[in-house]
Amino acid sequence: MTTENPGTPMTTTPELVPPAGPLVELTAVSKSYGNVLALREVSLEVHAGQITCVLGDNGAGKSTLIKIIAGLHPHDSGTYAIEGVPVQHTSPRQALDRGIATVYQDLAVVPLMPVWRNFFLGSEPTRGRGPLRRLDTATMRATTREALLRMGIDLRDVDQPIGTLSGGERQCVAIARAVHFGAKVLVLDEPTAALGVKQSGMVLRYVAAARDEGLGVVLITHNPHHAYLVGDRFVLLKRGTMSGSHLKEDITLDRLTREMAGGSELDELTHELGRTRGGGTMSTDGPTAEKAAPSPEPPDPETSA
Amino acid sequence: MSAPASSPAGSPASAPAGPADERLAPRSTARKLLGRPELGSVVGAIAVFVFFSLVADSFLRASSMGTVLYASSTIGIMAVPVALLMIGGEFDLSAGVMVTSSALTSSMFSYQMTANTWVGVGVSLLVTLALGAFNGIMLVRTKLPSFIITLGTFLMLTGLNLGLTKAIDGTVATKSIGDMQGFPTCRDLFASHWTIGSVDLQVTILWWLGLVAVATWVLLRTRAGNWIFAAGGNAEAARAVGVPVARTKVGLYMAVAFCAWISGQHLLFSFDVVQSGEGVGNEFLYIIAAVIGGCLMTGGYGSAIGSAVGALIFGMASKGIVYAQWNPDWFQFFLGAMLLLAALLNAWVRRRAEAAR
Repeated sequence: MTTENPGTPMTTTPELVPPAGPLVELTAVSKSYGNVLALREVSLEVHAGQITCVLGDNGAGKSTLIKIIAGLHPHDSGTYAIEGVPVQHTSPRQALDRGIATVYQDLAVVPLMPVWRNFFLGSEPTRGRGPLRRLDTATMRATTREALLRMGIDLRDVDQPIGTLSGGERQCVAIARAVHFGAKVLVLDEPTAALGVKQSGMVLRYVAAARDEGLGVVLITHNPHHAYLVGDRFVLLKRGTMSGSHLKEDITLDRLTREMAGGSELDELTHELGRTRGGGTMSTDGPTAEKAAPSPEPPDPETSA
Repeated sequence: MSAPASSPAGSPASAPAGPADERLAPRSTARKLLGRPELGSVVGAIAVFVFFSLVADSFLRASSMGTVLYASSTIGIMAVPVALLMIGGEFDLSAGVMVTSSALTSSMFSYQMTANTWVGVGVSLLVTLALGAFNGIMLVRTKLPSFIITLGTFLMLTGLNLGLTKAIDGTVATKSIGDMQGFPTCRDLFASHWTIGSVDLQVTILWWLGLVAVATWVLLRTRAGNWIFAAGGNAEAARAVGVPVARTKVGLYMAVAFCAWISGQHLLFSFDVVQSGEGVGNEFLYIIAAVIGGCLMTGGYGSAIGSAVGALIFGMASKGIVYAQWNPDWFQFFLGAMLLLAALLNAWVRRRAEAAR
């Protein structure tokens, strides 16, 4: 239950990972709800020690994809293979048992419970037996603190309700939790969506830390700047279909941003908004991005599309 | 047994949490107490105690203590599981009449079958647990609000209690089972009392304290307790990390049923007849005790000790008014005012506690 992340090389850098078989491979996966085709023939690969980013606007099918990977919904067609073995999940527990840990943006934690209780929720270690079987609270507290420190999170007090942490800190605890419980693949649903610049940076740093621990990471986002900072592979979704799939070396931030906003649509928007530029109040990411150089600073995500 | 209760957030275990952090001012004992859900109710209980000590001369007599504790225990036995259920995010409006149903089942089964009363007690346990399971399973299957589901069971049980009793016995009360086999031993377990000095202590007080201790242990020191907090605090998050939320909730409803069985048997064996219309309205007393004790109506926060303090406030107020020789009609007003005050105090304390960290 408390096993450390087994035998993953700690020194790997994403570029040097040999292209062994992918941890997770989706091939032409489709999913429909009734007569609504939510996802059509989407393929992606997740490798150990790499980050695969899934980019798309609202309604592009990101959340359907995440639900399939997390085991909340089974897929209709195509194959979903974990380490080469095709699977069909019917519950999140099955995916969890196969090493797929998902961190949801809003339902990651129970706010009024202390950090350490949240950390072990669902996998609590116990001591004693029979009616005396009880939570090993000392170990739980100490392990929580250690596991967070290992990820570089120095929490003031593991006894505080997790709801008193900032949104970024909560995401980080959830990531540290997945790493601690030996997840092989970490699926992150819009981890930076509701965060300010500084907190987004913090979360991305922990995403990178999880990658360096040897996990395969799926990062779902609609912010190409965040994706480009950490990603190794990029899958673009648009209206339920895959509109692009790139390796980092094959694409620039500029092109990524353009593709995500949807080439011609963006041109149109640029034209349409051309006159208001410099007018002061326009600050949407999309239209300004085409002139923006790939900046190392993540833009303010509150204003991203 | 009450050791885990007095050190809830774990004073023994919080010490070895590594070197002290300079950003963390050492939390004083007072601050730690402020973070406890039952704090508000303890303050309230002291206030009520002092108040009635001043206005009612006989309130402080030792014999009054036995009476107050007995009144508290009859509510407290049910307030414990109702508090756990509330922490788990649900209500049970059928808890009051379920007590009567349990007593009626036991009495009528023994009488009609001319069986040993222990058989009736056993059958009643099975029937009552089945009622609890029905509430829980309906809730998790239909995903309807527990308010609606248990309101339905409340009405159905109220009707069944009256209807079946009249159909079988011809009157609204059961026949006396006082001379039946097994009655004395059953009464020893559920309705005996001892006199220590001038204080008359009912066995229900022991049941009550035992239940509070067990519930506190479960809540703070077992996996099930962690799941109860999580099921009420954020059921979706709990499910996503593999907590059996549905099973936890069904278990909580069955815990309410189990305690309703204890209460019901006490009712039966202390009076040896049962009035089939009893129990209606008591469900609110249980809920009030839990809320005064610091349980959050929306779930995820509260304690079993708090429910006991809430029940104690109820006992002191209901008997204190009698000792003060006031018109007992005022009791309802007092109860309502206490509830509002407690809810306000709890909200304030919780905000303070969270800001203090």
